[in-house]
Amino acid sequence: MVTITSPPGRDLRTLRPLLLLGALVALLVVALLSIAFGSNQLSLGAVLHALFAYEGTFEDVVVRDTRVPRTLLGIAAGMALGLAGALMQSITRNPIADPGFLGINHGAAVAIVFALAAFGVTEPAGLIWFAFAGALVATALVYAIGGGRGASSPMRLALAGVAVQASFVGINQAMQLINTHSLDKMRFWLVGSLANREVDALTVLLPFFLAGVVLALLLGRSLNALALGEDTAHGLGTNPLLVRSAGLLAVGLLCGAATAACGPIAFVGLMVPQLVRGLAGQDERWVLGLSVLVAPVLLLGCDVLGRVLGSPGELQVGIVTDVLGGIVLVWLVRRLRAVGR
Amino acid sequence: MSRRTELRIGARPTVVVGSLAVTTFVLVVLSIGTGDYALTPAEVLRTLAGQGSKFDYLVVTEQRLPRVLVAVLIGMALALAGTVFQVLTRNPLGSPDIIGFTTGSATGGVVTILVFGAGAGAVALGALAGGLGTALLVSLLCGSRGLLGDKLVLIGIGVSAVLVGLNSYLLTKVAIGDAAQAVTWMVGNLAGRGWDHLLPLAIAVAVLAPVVFCYGRPLRMLEMGDPLAIGIGVDVNRVRPLLFGLAVALTAAATASAGPVPFIALAAPQLARRLTRLPGPNLLPSAVMGAALVVAADYLGQRLLESSLLPVGVVTAALGGGYLAWLLLVGRRAGVSGAGRPGGS
Repeated sequence: MVTITSPPGRDLRTLRPLLLLGALVALLVVALLSIAFGSNQLSLGAVLHALFAYEGTFEDVVVRDTRVPRTLLGIAAGMALGLAGALMQSITRNPIADPGFLGINHGAAVAIVFALAAFGVTEPAGLIWFAFAGALVATALVYAIGGGRGASSPMRLALAGVAVQASFVGINQAMQLINTHSLDKMRFWLVGSLANREVDALTVLLPFFLAGVVLALLLGRSLNALALGEDTAHGLGTNPLLVRSAGLLAVGLLCGAATAACGPIAFVGLMVPQLVRGLAGQDERWVLGLSVLVAPVLLLGCDVLGRVLGSPGELQVGIVTDVLGGIVLVWLVRRLRAVGR
Repeated sequence: MSRRTELRIGARPTVVVGSLAVTTFVLVVLSIGTGDYALTPAEVLRTLAGQGSKFDYLVVTEQRLPRVLVAVLIGMALALAGTVFQVLTRNPLGSPDIIGFTTGSATGGVVTILVFGAGAGAVALGALAGGLGTALLVSLLCGSRGLLGDKLVLIGIGVSAVLVGLNSYLLTKVAIGDAAQAVTWMVGNLAGRGWDHLLPLAIAVAVLAPVVFCYGRPLRMLEMGDPLAIGIGVDVNRVRPLLFGLAVALTAAATASAGPVPFIALAAPQLARRLTRLPGPNLLPSAVMGAALVVAADYLGQRLLESSLLPVGVVTAALGGGYLAWLLLVGRRAGVSGAGRPGGS
């Protein structure tokens, strides 16, 4: 497995708590930025007024009812995507695994579009089950085709992702074309965005999201053991099959929840764990823990960037992460070969 | 592989090419007969022979025939391009779809539709520019020797992602009418293709395909590796860029006339090879296979659902993804990373 290695001679034991602190501060800052920036230009005073001295003015309502929920959604979705990516990379021992670009989010998307088009389900509480089913099926497919047990080459897994994703995208397009009237709604949903999502979607998704996060964080130790190899893991009392299955279940839960809430968003799960591994080393517990905090920073950051770049309208966050992630992937691949695979 | 096997035309490839050609013809006839105004195969044949009613003649020659001929030519162009790409990258997955070429053409086309509100001719030029630009960018990013192997594929995926982002952005920026037109174009669609679409494509294929066939022998040598090819007397540094350019131009011509039709360039050469069991590029069988696949996919898309017509690109994407997955599974069972090398016999 090839990852960016941290600079030698730096003591991770003092560095990691600092990173944790830094990530927390960054999350706070980017959350505030997300609340402060928007198509309605508000002064800092107006934002603070809405947060701490709510009176029901127009500015207050904008902040409370659209920006705060949007920011919370971004934090939750970012956490889910970052964790899912870290898990995928660890389970497949593949540095370029990402639930978005491997087609898992598109699996959830297909199931949701299918639910919308064929069954007329529109309630988040109903859609979520389709999203999970889609995400789980896609995860299992990609894993079975491209990875299997143990290490797989980055190439194989990526290609399995391409294959699965191509089929899903094809099916999605077919359903969009059959239901022309829903194209207008779906073209935005399929891009992946944090804007104009229903507020109660977040509350519906929360239990699933929390279950996924807890499951993922619990797996840290076992994933460390697994990284030492199948036999060593057995010796340490870890059941590799159980760990991988639990990990994939968590990936399905997290991606399903995130996709149901925001549409398919790719590459967050690729970029964040890579960055975290580079800074904090290979300990899976730290990688998972830091990814949870850094991923929402990236996602919210991209969302704010999209609002700034796209003004007076906005650029959907999925587009920003696509562009950024594509560039990072190219950079990683060029580096991968330079290190000598 | 000796010179003798190269010259020998076995019975099996002949049978394969023959039966594929017959299959394509049958599909063409069925495809012409299908639609709101249905014709039996006998009526189609009679009309094509100039014996049918005047109305049948109009329906067939004005609407159905150009469309199905575009399908045939697209299939041939993509399959030939795919064969060349797979040999040059020495990777069975080095098809134009995967290295981002198709997405680049789509970007070019969408930009012309959305930004300049252009007609079919300008869209074709835009697609050409987009495809060429992407091919150039990907090969630059791969660096020297980078065209061989896995790196090309992964860099292609990265570049594609950036372009897909760009495409989606353009789609959300415009009115729904333009967006619908662009989406229809972006999936690869043969609906409404007439003689004015056919003519430029036919000229491109008529010029480019024979050149590719002329380079069949150097192509076969290249597949066996540079040292051997150079030893036999192939001017590798001249032939490789030339073939790359030809393949790019063929893909661009196909994409310009129908939008990106995915997976044909990937699947047709490999299916042809599996059928003929011949090592080497298999140019003619691939071309016929490509034609059969596109016509079949288009026919399927028109017949699958009563209420609506599925564009050919959607059918090939859904089926092609399944095919690629199967290819990877077969490759794994054989214990090969990737999916085996072409000509690795």
